[in-house]
Amino acid sequence: MFTRRTAMMGAALAALILATPALAQELKLSRQKVELVAPPFVHPHEQATKQAPKIMEFRLVIEEKKMVIDEQGTTLQAMTFNGSMPGPMMVVHEGDYVELTLVNPESSAMPHNIDFHAATGALGGGELTMVNPGEQVVLRWKATRTGVFVYHCAPGGPMIPWHVVSGMSGAVMVLPRDGINDGKGNALRYDRIYYIGENDLYVPRDEKGKFKNYDSPGDAYVDTVEVMRKLIPTHVVFNGKAGALTGKNALTAKVGENVMIVHSQANRDSRPHLIGGHGDYVWETGKFSNRPETGLETWFIRGGSAGAAMYKFLQPGIYAYVTHNLIEAVELGATAHFTVEGKWNDDLMTQIRAPEPIPPKVQGALQPTTAKN
Amino acid sequence: MLFASNFKMILMAAAGFAGPLAMTAGLPSGNRDIAASGDQPALIELQPGSMRYRVAGDFTRAGKPAEAPLATVQILQPLAIMKQQVSAADYQRCVEDRACVALAPEVIVAADRPAVQVSWRDADAYARWLSRKTGETYRLPTDEEWAYAAGGRWQDDGVPVDPNDPSRRSLARYERESQLKEAADIDSAPRLIGSFGVNENGLLDLAGNVWEWTNTCFVRKALDEAGKATAKSTVNCGVRVMEGQHRSYVTDFIRDARAGGCAAGVPPSNLGFRLVRAPNAIERWLGL
Repeated sequence: MFTRRTAMMGAALAALILATPALAQELKLSRQKVELVAPPFVHPHEQATKQAPKIMEFRLVIEEKKMVIDEQGTTLQAMTFNGSMPGPMMVVHEGDYVELTLVNPESSAMPHNIDFHAATGALGGGELTMVNPGEQVVLRWKATRTGVFVYHCAPGGPMIPWHVVSGMSGAVMVLPRDGINDGKGNALRYDRIYYIGENDLYVPRDEKGKFKNYDSPGDAYVDTVEVMRKLIPTHVVFNGKAGALTGKNALTAKVGENVMIVHSQANRDSRPHLIGGHGDYVWETGKFSNRPETGLETWFIRGGSAGAAMYKFLQPGIYAYVTHNLIEAVELGATAHFTVEGKWNDDLMTQIRAPEPIPPKVQGALQPTTAKN
Repeated sequence: MLFASNFKMILMAAAGFAGPLAMTAGLPSGNRDIAASGDQPALIELQPGSMRYRVAGDFTRAGKPAEAPLATVQILQPLAIMKQQVSAADYQRCVEDRACVALAPEVIVAADRPAVQVSWRDADAYARWLSRKTGETYRLPTDEEWAYAAGGRWQDDGVPVDPNDPSRRSLARYERESQLKEAADIDSAPRLIGSFGVNENGLLDLAGNVWEWTNTCFVRKALDEAGKATAKSTVNCGVRVMEGQHRSYVTDFIRDARAGGCAAGVPPSNLGFRLVRAPNAIERWLGL
């Protein structure tokens, strides 16, 4: 006899059957393969979408390699996602699934994994993604919260901070399905988006004060941890190298364009400031379910988080995007430049008189002698 | 990128080929090599002459920012200038004589390495020390003298100035300096002396990755409507003109400008120098 109880058990059994092979389970959703691009650029994406949630497929290949981190040729035994420091930014929409293939090639020396701050459970995926050299893993997680989030390698114990300050971090942007808004229901859209990943780096010096160069990450480890534990970075850089976003590689924009700048720092606090400009809409903590702050001069990126700032350029010229601890910006490397083309607005700024010698004092009623009377 | 650097190599090869040809053709150089002896450095004596030159400094015309004028530089006497930049080993001798401040620890001290990360004050101290050592008068060149000696390697840094749009000038300057850096395609690590080749006057390493101090002070000059100099000008000798891939203005006590002096612009990679030997009393009397 078919009772309600057996029906329920049957349902439970069916659920169990469904649940057991969950890792391999196909979701009845369409898939989209995304080709990642190296920062400061971001892969093409819809800002708002009418599509149903999808499985977004990404592939990150770990690359351990020596990288030059300043113009003096100082090297770092870097560990990277896809060969860039920071790793590429991944953009999805709320309700989408991120399906990541993490590849650790045979050429690596160490095991690696990935902890997504945007993901829920298993140490952000870190527990389920540890791959030895010559292995790969596929992880799927659901994007349930909107905003910009850090991801980083977290292979356990003292390996965690070391891998992070060796370059293994990046960002994920989870957009609301109907796009971002100003917190009052008005949609906001950007004309350009840049992803600026900031890294604090700790390069040991020799007895003469010269930066040391190592043949392998293992050789660098002991000395590097000693520098790390003093908490004073030798380099604070955007996009992996002092000067990486200046000169011919300066960021570009046009007057009138809304530019979205996503800034991540996986390890240490930072305070972005656009010299000569502002933050029109700033999600300082990076999460789009919160109302953005408006009209900011400087914003704060907590270590281990990403933030987003949108600005419409109103004036042509050169802008410097810095962390406004200016010692870090100028001496340690955290400076990027924007070159902005367009028409100058005299109303916003005019040089009334060019620099000239101070004119001799004008004789008149305000002279001290007169004032005494 | 690959194409650009190949193209550049072709250009460099062409320049290298043109150099010796020009000399054997007996072009109006008449330059004289003065070999090094004892404390005397190797010099090249350039014959007097003139060249068109973009004046250093900031200019206003009728009170508005203006492009620096082009002028003719007249070199009236033979100009004896060091064939190469002062080497780190030579500078070190001044340090050992307690007349110069020690080089930064990362500077490689060797006879075939330039003295880098030196300030204008260091360079000036070295000139005074060398003058005492040799009984001659050595000093830094003026910006005009440097340009004259650099010849084809001197860069006109004129950029269009729009008095109604300050962004034009800064964008143009940024673009030009970025392009020069890109075209040079060299990192900032100092190289062996001679790595950047010889110019048509026989001088080594001009406009490589070591910028050179000059004695010229930063000047802001006010021109009238017609472009004539007025009495209004400001001279700041706390900032001196440096020459290299592009002209820079650097505070005299700075030894390392790589971080950049201001928020925007392409900073010099390394700061070094070469000296000129002023004519001695007899040469001056003879009008040589």
